[in-house]
Amino acid sequence: MTQLVDYADAVRRFDPVLGIEVHVELGTRTKMFCPAEVEFGGDPNTQTTPVSLGLPGALPVVNGTAVEYAIRIGLALNCQIAESCRFARKNYFYPDVPKNFQTSQYDEPIAFDGWLDVELEDGTVHRVEIERAHMEEDAGKNTHVGGAAGRIHGADYSLVDYNRAGIPLVEIVTKPITGVGDRAPEVARAYVQALRDIFRALDVSEARMERGNVRADVNLSLRATPDAPLGTRTETKNVNSFRSVERAVRYEVSRQAAILDAGDTVVQETRHWHEDTGITTSGRVKSDAEDYRYFPEPDLVPVEPSREWVEEIRAGLPELPQAHRRRLQDEWGYADAEMRDVVNAGALDLIEATVAAGSSPAAARKWWMGELARRAKQDEVELADLAITPAQIGELQGLVDSGRINDKIARQVLDGVLAGEGDPEQVVVDRGLEIVSDDGALLSAIDEALAAQPDVVEKVRGGNQGPVGAIIGAVMKTTKGQADAKRVRELILERIGS
Amino acid sequence: MSTISRDEVARVAALARIELRPDELDRLAGELDVIVESIAKVSQVATPEVPATSHPLPMSNVFRPDVPEPALPVDDVLAGAPEAEDGRFAVPQILGEE
Amino acid sequence: MTDLTRLSAADLAQKLRRREVTSVEVTQAFLDRIAAVDGAVHAYLHVNAEEALATARDVDARREVGEELHPLAGVPIAVKDVVVTRGMPSTAGSKILEGWVPPYDATLVEKIRDARMPILGKTNMDEFAMGSSTEHSAYGNTHNPWDLERIPGGSGGGSAAALASFTAPLAIGTDTGGSIRQPGAVTGTVGVKPTYGSVSRYGLIALASSLDQAGPVTRTVMDSALLHELIGGHDPRDSTSIPEPLPALVEAAAQGAGGDLSGVRVGVVSQLQGEGYQEGVQARFTESLELLRRAGAEVVQVSCPHFEYALAAYYLILPAEASSNLAKFDGMRFGLRVEPEDGPVTAERVMAATRGAGFGDEVKRRIILGTYALSAGYYDAYYGSAQKVRTLIQQDFDAAFEQVDVLVSPTAPTTAFKLGEKLDDPLAMYLNDVATIPANLAGIPGISVPNGLAEPTDGGAAMPTGFQVLAPAKADDRLYRVGAALEAALEKSWGGPLLDRAPELG
Repeated sequence: MTQLVDYADAVRRFDPVLGIEVHVELGTRTKMFCPAEVEFGGDPNTQTTPVSLGLPGALPVVNGTAVEYAIRIGLALNCQIAESCRFARKNYFYPDVPKNFQTSQYDEPIAFDGWLDVELEDGTVHRVEIERAHMEEDAGKNTHVGGAAGRIHGADYSLVDYNRAGIPLVEIVTKPITGVGDRAPEVARAYVQALRDIFRALDVSEARMERGNVRADVNLSLRATPDAPLGTRTETKNVNSFRSVERAVRYEVSRQAAILDAGDTVVQETRHWHEDTGITTSGRVKSDAEDYRYFPEPDLVPVEPSREWVEEIRAGLPELPQAHRRRLQDEWGYADAEMRDVVNAGALDLIEATVAAGSSPAAARKWWMGELARRAKQDEVELADLAITPAQIGELQGLVDSGRINDKIARQVLDGVLAGEGDPEQVVVDRGLEIVSDDGALLSAIDEALAAQPDVVEKVRGGNQGPVGAIIGAVMKTTKGQADAKRVRELILERIGS
Repeated sequence: MSTISRDEVARVAALARIELRPDELDRLAGELDVIVESIAKVSQVATPEVPATSHPLPMSNVFRPDVPEPALPVDDVLAGAPEAEDGRFAVPQILGEE
Repeated sequence: MTDLTRLSAADLAQKLRRREVTSVEVTQAFLDRIAAVDGAVHAYLHVNAEEALATARDVDARREVGEELHPLAGVPIAVKDVVVTRGMPSTAGSKILEGWVPPYDATLVEKIRDARMPILGKTNMDEFAMGSSTEHSAYGNTHNPWDLERIPGGSGGGSAAALASFTAPLAIGTDTGGSIRQPGAVTGTVGVKPTYGSVSRYGLIALASSLDQAGPVTRTVMDSALLHELIGGHDPRDSTSIPEPLPALVEAAAQGAGGDLSGVRVGVVSQLQGEGYQEGVQARFTESLELLRRAGAEVVQVSCPHFEYALAAYYLILPAEASSNLAKFDGMRFGLRVEPEDGPVTAERVMAATRGAGFGDEVKRRIILGTYALSAGYYDAYYGSAQKVRTLIQQDFDAAFEQVDVLVSPTAPTTAFKLGEKLDDPLAMYLNDVATIPANLAGIPGISVPNGLAEPTDGGAAMPTGFQVLAPAKADDRLYRVGAALEAALEKSWGGPLLDRAPELG
C-alpha cells in the first residue's frame, strides 16, 4: 500500500472537498411504517410486525409523528419544506433489508435547500449548505458467525435481527463543502456535532452516537486548486463518533493525496472506517450497486404538509443550540473567549444548571472552569462525569455567599461531596466546617492567645496595631480556620482596649 | 428499436437476482420484445405535457398515530424461516461482511 | 331435499337465519361436493375442512342461543390463494411459497372470520396472479367446469371454477388486470372488481400495488353485493384505502333486480368491440344491450380513444411494480431456500438460485421485464410514460362518464380457449385482458355478469360469455343496479340461471 502523505503537506498541495450524509434515528415510539414499538436493547426479532418483517401481503402506513419530526429537522436546518413529496422504493437485495427494497425518498425529499452555520473551536464560523433532508427506514442487523464457531458446520453465515428494520430515519445530505482547506476534519466534526445538538434540542432523537442513533457517511475528494473541478470522491460509511469523523477525514486526505502523488486515480467507492486502527479500507465493489431502480412507492400516497401545519411546527420549535448560546452569553455577560472555552470544555449545560440552582454566572464559571476542570483533568474524566451535580455546586456557592463558609473551606466541602459524603450542607455539618461567628467561642480563643503573647498586647496598647495579625493567626489556628477573621480582629481590639 | 440482447437479459437477471439457465436466457431475449413494442406504443401519446398518474385515486397525507401495537410473537416471526438460530434468521454468508 | 350447493349465498343465509339448515350441514355439503368433483376441476389448492366445520359448529351454537350474527354467518366461502390466511398455507400458486403458513390474516380474512363464515379452502391461481388461464399455477391447471379441456380464465380460475362447479357459494378473487372479471366471464359466474381502495389490500400478496384490488366471486349479482359490503370499507392498515363508507350496494342490487333502468344512461365503448371479438361474444353483447334498452336504459356509443394504449401501459406498469413486490421472495426469511448447484454458498447466490428455481417462467419473464423497465436510464421513458397513459385513460373515462352513468363491453373478447393453446404465446394470452385492463389503470369498478353462451371458434360445446359494466370511481352501486337488472332480464329469458345449463360433473 502507498505510503500516506503527511496531513499538513497534503492540505498545502490539495484542496479537500467534503460532503456529509448524516442519518438520525428518530425517537418515535413506533416504526416508520408500522406500529411495532421501538425500544433499545430488546431481544432479537421481538419488535416486528408483518410490515417490518416484509412478509407477503403487508403494507406500510406512514407514522405521522415521524413526518412532524422530519419537518422539525428541516426547519431547524433552514430548509424549504416540500408542498408535496413522495416515498420511493430503492431496490437492492440484502438480507437485512426485509423487502429487498428500502422505502425512502428519492427525487421528492420533504426538506431541501437549507444551511447550518457551524462554529469551530476557535470561533470561526463556516456555513454548510444543506442539499436535502429526507425520510426513510432503517435496516435490520446482521451478525456474522464464523464457520468454526457456528452451528452450520464449516460455513460462514449470518444471523439477522429485524428489530431495527423500519425504525424511522432522516438522512441529511450536504452540498459539497468547499473552501475549508486544512480545517476540513474540524468542519466535518463540528457539523456532525452541531447536528447532534440540534436533534437533542428538537427532541426528535436521543441522538446517542454510541447506540448508532446518529451515523455519518463522509464523502471526500481532493483537487489541485480551489478552481479545479471536483475530484473523484470516496464515501466512508458509518463513522460513528465525532472524533472518528475528524480522524476519517484526515486519513482520507492523506490517503488520497498519496494516490494522486503517485499519479494514480482515486477509485470512486465505499470505504469502511476502522475505529481501532484509524484507517479506512475499501468496501464491497458491486457492479449493480448504483442501479437502485427507484420508482414512486405505490403503497403510499403523497405527503403534502399544509403551510398551516408547517408554520405551527415552526412556531413550536424550541430555541436551537446556537441561539441558546448567544442568549446565555448575553445574560451571563461572558466575553467571547470565555464563552468559547466554556462550550469547548463541555461546561455550558453544567453552568446553565448551576446558575439555575442559584449561583451567579461568574461563580458558576469559576467552579466549572477552575477547580472542577482541574479535578476532571486530574481524574481523566469528562466534566459531566464528575461525581457532583450542578445543583450541588449551586448549593456550595450559596454557602459561600451567605458567609457560612469561605472559599478555602468550600474546597474541603467539594472534597466531601466528591467523596460521596452527601450534599454540601451535609458535608459542612458532618465535618464541622461552618465558620465560627459565635462571639463566646471566639472570645475564649482570643483570651487564650492574648495571655500567651503579653508583649503583643503591650505593643498594641502603645498604638502599634501591626502585631494584631499574630494574634489573629493564633486564633485561626485554634479554630482550624473556621473563624470569621474580620470579627476576630474587632474582638481583639475591643479586648485590648478594655 | 432493436431487440433486447441476450447479454442484456443476463445483466437484468443478475440485477433481479434470478439465476437463469442458458435456454431461459435465449428464450427471454426473444420474448422481451413485448416491452420494446409497448414502449413504442405508449411513446406515441406520452408527451411531456401529460402529467403522470402514479396512484389511481388522488389521496394524500394518510398518517398513522405513533401508538404501539403488539409485536408478532417471536415464534410466529421465525415459524416460516428456512433456518433460525437464537431468535434470529440464519442466512448464508453475506459477501463483504466481516 | 334441496341440493344446498346449488343455492345462492343469499338463499343459504336466509335458510340459516330461519334455522331450516345448519351451517354444519351447508359446510359439509360443500366439502362433499369438493370431494366429489374437485379431482376433475382442481379449483382448490388446500381444503380447510376441519377448521371450516369447527367454525360451522361454533356459528350453529351461537345461533342456537339467539346470538345476533352477521347476515352471512355460517355461509361458507373460498379464498384465492394470493390472500394470506393465518394457519392455512398461502402459496399464491408459487413453488417459492410452498408450505408457507402466514402468521397473520389479511384484513378481508379477518372480516370473514369476524362474520363467522367457514373458510372452505384456498383456490388455485396463476402464479402470483400472473396470467389469464390459471395454467401458470405451479400446482397444476384448473379446469373449466363447462368443458374440462378448457381454461377457467385467470388468474383467479380457481375461485371462478369453484363457483361454477358448485364447490363454494362465495369466493374471494383479486383483479389486477381482469383476474376476477375474465374468469367470471368464461365460467358463467359473477365477478366484481371494486373501486381501487374499496376493499383493503392488506394481506393480499401484491402483484402490482397500484392496480390490485380484491373483490367478490359469486353466482349472482346480489351475492356479490353482500360479500362486497362485508369485505369492503376503510382499513387504516392500507394507506390507499378509501376513507368514506361504501355506497349502499345490496340496496342497489335489490333495486336493479326490480328490472327498471329508466333514466340510466349506458355507454357502449366503441374501442371494446369489433375486431378481435369472437362473433358469438359480440352477438350476446348486442342482445344484452337490447335487454337493457327494454328495461328503460338509454344506450349510446362513446369513444375512449386512449384505450388502445392501455395494454402497452399495463405491460410496463405491472412488471415494474411486480419486480419490486416480488423481490422479498429470496429464501432468507420464509418459503423455499435453494442452494446453488456449485460454487460458494453466499446469501447473494442462494437468493438467485432460490428465485431461479422457485419462480415459474411467466413470473421470471415479468420480473425481468419490470427490472429492465426500471433499470438505470429507462425509468422516465418506460414506467414514467406508462403513467402518463394512465392519465389519458382516466381522462377518457372522465369524459365518458360525463355523458353516461355506466360503460359496457364484452368482458373478454373470446370464450374459454383450450388448455395449452396459448401457453407459448404470451402476447395472445395478454389480449384476453384488453377489455378489463382500462378499469385497473383508472382505478374504477367493474362487474362481469354471465350473459349467455357462444360457440367456440374451434368447435365443441357452447361456452359462457360475460357482460362487463364499468362505473365511475366510488360509484360501485351502479354496477350492482345495472348488473342485477341485466341478470334478472337474462334469467327471465332463459327461464333460470345460466349455470343450470352447465354439464353435470363427476
